[in-house]
Amino acid sequence: MADSETISSDIAGVETAPAPWLDFKELSQDLTRGLWQEIPLFRLVLGTCPTLAVTTSATNGVGMGIATTFVLIASNVMISLLRNIIPDMVRIPAFIVVIASFVTVTDLMMAAFTPDLHHALGIFIPLIVVNCILLARAEAFASKNNSIRSAVDGLGMGIGFSIALILLGTVREILGNGTWFGIPVLTGTMDLFGYDYQPLIVMVLPPGAFIGLGLLVAGMNKIEANRQKKR
Amino acid sequence: MVEILLILVSTIFVTNFVLARFLGICPFLGVSSRIETSIGMGMAVIFVITLAALSAWSIEKVILVPFDLVYLRTIVFILVIATLVQFVEMVVRKTSPALYNALGIYLPLITTNCAVLGVALLVVQKDMDFFQTFFFGVGASVGFTVALLLMAGIREQTAYAKIPQIFQGTPIGLITAGLMSLAFLGFAGLVRM
Repeated sequence: MADSETISSDIAGVETAPAPWLDFKELSQDLTRGLWQEIPLFRLVLGTCPTLAVTTSATNGVGMGIATTFVLIASNVMISLLRNIIPDMVRIPAFIVVIASFVTVTDLMMAAFTPDLHHALGIFIPLIVVNCILLARAEAFASKNNSIRSAVDGLGMGIGFSIALILLGTVREILGNGTWFGIPVLTGTMDLFGYDYQPLIVMVLPPGAFIGLGLLVAGMNKIEANRQKKR
Repeated sequence: MVEILLILVSTIFVTNFVLARFLGICPFLGVSSRIETSIGMGMAVIFVITLAALSAWSIEKVILVPFDLVYLRTIVFILVIATLVQFVEMVVRKTSPALYNALGIYLPLITTNCAVLGVALLVVQKDMDFFQTFFFGVGASVGFTVALLLMAGIREQTAYAKIPQIFQGTPIGLITAGLMSLAFLGFAGLVRM
């Protein structure tokens, strides 16, 4: 029955039943896709440069996550609004200009309102432009879907990316500094039991970033392997 | 002369672009499975980064600063890099088919290599002069190539090793990079830039 319907609508070239303007099931799928199935950092290994560089503390991770999420949502919406205007030939440069504009906005806003964070993240704020996640979502999603779905997709991907940043930042800050968001978690508890905690300084140095992320991705693979086994 | 040497040593070894500054990790992990391909990628990167650093420096000094447009830096630089990559691709294809065959497929990938934009931004942030810019660009890209080649060499060996299943692919690549980065920490304190 359904088959004959689709065939007839194909022949006529018109959709039989127009899709509802707001489909919440679809929207929730768009949101959760970024949170687990395609969590940008662990699954697709996109956007590694800012991740490794800024996650010396959990606070920096949060800052970078929020900045990237903002740019993702804004550029996704803008690109999906412009998707019928941008000629196919020059779409990639056009996407990059849109993304770069929003990155500039973020850069200037952070310099004005959070100067400390702006200083800590440094060159990696303008480098959000070349974060592959942004161009990947623009090309794969925003250029094909309406602006509400694109915004939700940007939000999901942004949150997924932020979670990964905060996780890595947490691991590195606790082990390398004994603190979490500046609170002396590990050093404090060790003091209670009368031990003196020697921070693993290597964790906040560059090698710790690579090794920490490597272990996190491996852990993610383990969880996924277990899930597959259960099915 | 001493200054040039210092810039080169510091960008190639002490603050290696991949292993200490975390720029260009995506191609570093993506293209490092075979030595042959990483040589091609390395050559293309050296070419483009040096040119991009020089053009970014010139644009900053000639256009952005005199006209008070410094806030447009990010947008202008990324467009310049994208155009430059296209231009280099066309020139290489016309003038030297052999070189094009060697570099061809890597050139388009370079636009999204954050090392290129990173060098351009660092050069203007550190307020270097023209010659410093040139050698900074050369050093940065040679540093990238050195790291890429070392990584490819190690990966060709680990391809035959028995690695636990959950560590296969990216995780073992990242941990290898971590150990390399640890080795490169040995250069710290040699030169300060």
